[in-house]
Amino acid sequence: MFRKRRDADRQRVRIVFDGRTIEAEAGATVAAALLCNGVVAFRDPVVSGTSRGPHCMIGACFECLVEIDGTPGQQACLVPVREGMSIGRQAPLPAVAP
Amino acid sequence: MTAFRHDVAVVGAGPAGMAAATAAAELGLDTVLFDEQPAPGGQIYRNVEANRDAGSGLAGLLGDDYGRGRRLAEAFRAGSATYAPGTSVWEIEPDGTVGTLHDGRAALVRARRIVIAAGAMERPVPIAGWTLPGVMTAGAAQTLLKSADAIPDGPVVLAGSGPLHYLVAWQLVSAGAEVCAILDTTPRANTRAALAQLPGALGQLAQIRKGRRWIAGIRAAGVRFVRHVSALAAVGTERLAAVDYEADGRKERIETPLLLLHQGVVPNNQLADSIDCARRWDDVQACWHTQADAWGATSVDTVAVAGDCAGIGGALAAEHRGRLAGIDAAARLGKIDAGTRDRLSREPLAALRRLAGLRRFLDTLYAPAATFLSPRDEVVVCRCEGVTAGDLREVAAHGCMGPNQAKAFTRAGMGPCQGRMCGLTVANVIAGARGRPVADIGAFRVRPPLKPLTVGQLADLEGVGRDIASLDAMPTRPGDGAGDGAGETA
Amino acid sequence: MTIGDVLIIGGGLHGCSAALHLARRGLKPVILERDWPGRHASGVNAGGVRTLLRDPAEIPLALAARRMWHAIGELVDDDCGYKTVGQVAIAENDAEYDRLKARAGTVRQLGFDHEELIDRAALRSMVPSLARHCVGGLAVREDGFASPYHTSLAFRRKALALGARLFEGAEAERIDRVGENWRIEAGARTFEAPVLVNAAGAWAGEWAARLGDTVSFRHILPMMMVSERVPPLVEPVVIASGRPLSLKQMPNGTVIMGGGYLGFGDLRTGRNRTDFNGLQKSAATVAELFPALRGARIVRSWAGFEGRMADDIPVIGPSAAAPDAFHAFGFSGHGFQLAPIVGRILADLIATGETDLPIRPFSANRFAA
Ligand SMILES: Cc1cc2nc3c(=O)[nH]c(=O)nc-3n(C[C@H](O)[C@H](O)[C@H](O)COP(=O)(O)OP(=O)(O)OC[C@H]3O[C@@H](n4cnc5c(N)ncnc54)[C@H](O)[C@@H]3O)c2cc1C
Repeated sequence: MFRKRRDADRQRVRIVFDGRTIEAEAGATVAAALLCNGVVAFRDPVVSGTSRGPHCMIGACFECLVEIDGTPGQQACLVPVREGMSIGRQAPLPAVAP
Repeated sequence: MTAFRHDVAVVGAGPAGMAAATAAAELGLDTVLFDEQPAPGGQIYRNVEANRDAGSGLAGLLGDDYGRGRRLAEAFRAGSATYAPGTSVWEIEPDGTVGTLHDGRAALVRARRIVIAAGAMERPVPIAGWTLPGVMTAGAAQTLLKSADAIPDGPVVLAGSGPLHYLVAWQLVSAGAEVCAILDTTPRANTRAALAQLPGALGQLAQIRKGRRWIAGIRAAGVRFVRHVSALAAVGTERLAAVDYEADGRKERIETPLLLLHQGVVPNNQLADSIDCARRWDDVQACWHTQADAWGATSVDTVAVAGDCAGIGGALAAEHRGRLAGIDAAARLGKIDAGTRDRLSREPLAALRRLAGLRRFLDTLYAPAATFLSPRDEVVVCRCEGVTAGDLREVAAHGCMGPNQAKAFTRAGMGPCQGRMCGLTVANVIAGARGRPVADIGAFRVRPPLKPLTVGQLADLEGVGRDIASLDAMPTRPGDGAGDGAGETA
Repeated sequence: MTIGDVLIIGGGLHGCSAALHLARRGLKPVILERDWPGRHASGVNAGGVRTLLRDPAEIPLALAARRMWHAIGELVDDDCGYKTVGQVAIAENDAEYDRLKARAGTVRQLGFDHEELIDRAALRSMVPSLARHCVGGLAVREDGFASPYHTSLAFRRKALALGARLFEGAEAERIDRVGENWRIEAGARTFEAPVLVNAAGAWAGEWAARLGDTVSFRHILPMMMVSERVPPLVEPVVIASGRPLSLKQMPNGTVIMGGGYLGFGDLRTGRNRTDFNGLQKSAATVAELFPALRGARIVRSWAGFEGRMADDIPVIGPSAAAPDAFHAFGFSGHGFQLAPIVGRILADLIATGETDLPIRPFSANRFAA
C-alpha cells in the first residue's frame, strides 16, 4: 500500500506478521512497517462487516489494533517496531489471558 | 493523597506543549511533559529531529515551517523540563493528578498545574464505505511521509478540502506518488463568504500564497483536479476498490486502492471535556472549543489548554498559546509577578492577534459541506460499533434528546476509540433530526480512562495514595440531610 | 399550571414505575424530572437483578419483584435486556464460607429457600474461570441482570403510553401545600396534585427533610467500569463476599465491574467523577479472582448518584410528617431490582391506602427514635 521513497541508511529490524518475516526500518511504527509491506487489513472487526486497517495514523481511531507479542489491542500506529517482534492480526474478540 | 511531584505537567509535545514546557521550565518551574510519541514534534513537526538531515529532499518537501519545529524541539531539549516520551495520558483530575501509561505500566502522578496541549485530530469524514481498509486520512499519509519517508505505492485519490488537503496533495505529487485525482469538496458558497473575510487576512498574505502555490503545483504536474465535488462514497468489498463521486451533477467512478479523506482538523478536547472544563460550540469551525482566557486558563482552576486542542488556530498560534500558558503557570505558581507575566506576554499576544484574521478566512473558506457533518442514513457514523446515521435518527425520533442518550441506546461512542471518531457526527445528526442547534444538543460525556488500560495495568497502578471511600468503609451520619454537600465523598 | 392526580418528583425507575402502576389504576400521574429518565442511578447502574444476600426485610419485596422481572415483557412490553443467568456470592476462604453458611441458615429459618449454598465443585462448574482459591458460595440461580438504560426507557415509555405525563428538564424547586393540594414550582412551570411521591433518588433526602421527615440519608457515588468485548468467560453475576466486587459479562462480551468503591459528585450540578484510587482496588480484586481478565482492556468508567440510608434499606411508604405524601428512596445501591414492585406498592397505597407486602421496616420515621 505504501513504499519507502528510497532505502534509507537507517538500521533495519526483522519482525514477524502472521508467521511471515518482514523487514522494517528501525524507529518506524508497526503500522508503517506493515503498510510498507503490503498489509492493509490489520484486524477483523467486532461488529459485522469487512476487515479494518489503519485510518488516522495518530492514535485516535483505534482501527489499527493488532496483537503484539501476545498482547492484543495494541495501537500499531503508536508502537515502534523492535527486532524479533511478533505481530498478529487481531481477532474480533481478542483473547484475554494475561 | 498522592504528593506533588511536579509544578507543571504538560500533555503533548507539539508546538504548544513544547513551547509551554520550555517557558515554564525557563521561569523556574519543575516541569514534566508527557507525550505518546517516541520523539517531540507533535503531529505537525512529527519526527522533526530525525528528519533534520534526511536526504532525498524530504526536508524540502516538508518545508520551512518544519524547520521552525526543529528550533522549538531544540529549545525544549536544551531546557530543564523532564521529557516523558512514549507515555499516554489516560486521566487528569482537577487536583492535578495525571494518569500515565508508559511501557505497559500505569501510574498516577501529581502536579500543581496541568497544561493540556493535546493538539488536533482530523475531522472524521463519514462517507459510505469509509471503514474499508484503504480509506485513510490525508494526515495519515503525511504521517507516513514524515515518520517513515513512505508514499503510496500505487494510485491514490485525495478527496476533501482545507489547507492540509492541498499540502498533502502537493507533497505526494512532488514526492512522486501516483496521484490520480484531487477531488475538491469545498462548497461554492464558501468562496463568496470567505471573500468578506479576506481583508482581515491580508496581513498574512504569505500564508495564503503558499496555499495557492500548492494548488498550482498540483495542476502543473497535470494531476486531475475536480472542483465542487458534492458527494463521495468509497466502494469495495474486502478493501477499497474505487471511489464514487458527484460533481456538478455528474456521477463518476475512479478505481483506486487508496483514498485519502480530509475535512479540516478539530480540537482533541477529550482531556478538557473529561473534567468538565466549560466549552462552547464554534459555528464556523463546527466543533467545540474549550473556554479559556488569553493565557489558556480554563474554568477548572488548575488546568490550562494551549494550542489546537482548545480551538483550531494552527501551528504558529499554537506555539504562542503554549508560551502564554507556560508564562501564566509561572505567575500562578509564584515564580513571577503579574507585571512580569504581562510584559513577557506582550509579544505572543500580539503575534496571536496578527494570526487571527487569517484563521477566520481559512475557517470560512474551508468550512465542511453539510453532507460530511451529517451524512445520509446508510453511512456508518460510529466505526467501532457500526452505528449508522439512520440508527441515530431513529432513536432521536423516539425521544432521544442528545448524544449521551444515543450512546446508551445505540452503543455509538462505546467502542475502543471512546467516541473520538463519532462524537461530532453524532451531535450533528441528532441536532439535525431534532431541528435544534448543536450547541443545545451537547456532546458525549467523556469517561476515563481516555486510553484503554488493561485490568492488570490498573490493578498494578503506581502512585495510588488518596484515602478511598467504599460502601463498607463509609460512615453514615444520622440526620444528614443531603443537598448541602454534607454527603460529599470528596 | 399542570394538574394531575399524583405529582412524582424524579423520573428514574422508581418514579416511572410508580407512574406506570398509578396509570394502570386509572390515575393521572405527572412526573417531574430535572434531567431525563435514566440519567442517574437508574440508567447507569450495574443492572444486577439480585434477590441474593438481601436484607431480610427486603426479601419479600425482592422475591415479588423477581416474579415481575421473569415476565417483564408483560409489564412494559419490552424485555429490558433481562437474562436469568444466576448470581453467586463467592467465599474466598473458610471463614467467608462459614458466614455464607450461617446466612443460608438464617434465610431458611425465615421461611425462604431461594438461596443455595454451593461447594467448591459446584462453584467451579458454575464459574470455571474463577480463581482456584475460592472455596464455595451462595447462589440464586433464578437471579440475573438487565440492561439499566434500556429498562429505564422501557418503564418511561410504558408509563407514558398508559397516560402518565413526563416533564424533562423540569427541576422541582419549591413545594407548598395549597388547600388539599401539593403545588410544585419547577422553573417557570407550576404543577398541582393532591398526592406527592418523592422518588428523587440521591436528591430525595432533601425532599424528605422539606416534608418534615427526619431520615438518616446521604448520597453516594458507586463506581463502575467496563471492558472491551472479550470472549465468553463468565455466565452468572459474581459478587465477592469478603471484599467489594460485583462482576458480570454482558451478552455483547463486555465485562462490567464494580461494587463498592465510590467516586465524587456534586448534587447541585449533577456532575460526577470516578476515582482511580478506588478503581485500582476493584481492578486488583478482578485480577485476583479472574486471572484471565488481567489482559482485558477497560474502556470506560463512571459513577452514579445514589441515595443511601444509615441502615442500608430504603424508605418506602407514607411520609410520617406530611399528609398525602409518599416516599420511595434510599435504595442504598440495590434499588434497580426492586423498581417493578415498589411502584406497585406505592400505587396500591395511594389508590387503596394499603398494600399486601410487608413495608413496615421501610417506614420514614424509623430513624426518629
Ligand atoms: C453505579 C451503580 C450501580 C448499581 N448497581 C445496582 C445493581 O446492580 N442492582 C440494583 O438493584 N441496584 C443497583 N444500583 C442502585 C439502583 O441503581 C438505584 O437504587 C435505583 O436506580 C434508584 O432509582 P431511583 O429512581 O430512585 O433513582 P434515580 O434513577 O437516581 O432517579 C431519581 C431521579 O430524580 C431526579 N430528581 C432529583 N431531584 C429532582 C428535582 N428536584 N426535580 C425533578 N427531578 C429530580 C433525578 O434527576 C433522577 O433522574 C446501583 C446504583 C449505582 C449508582
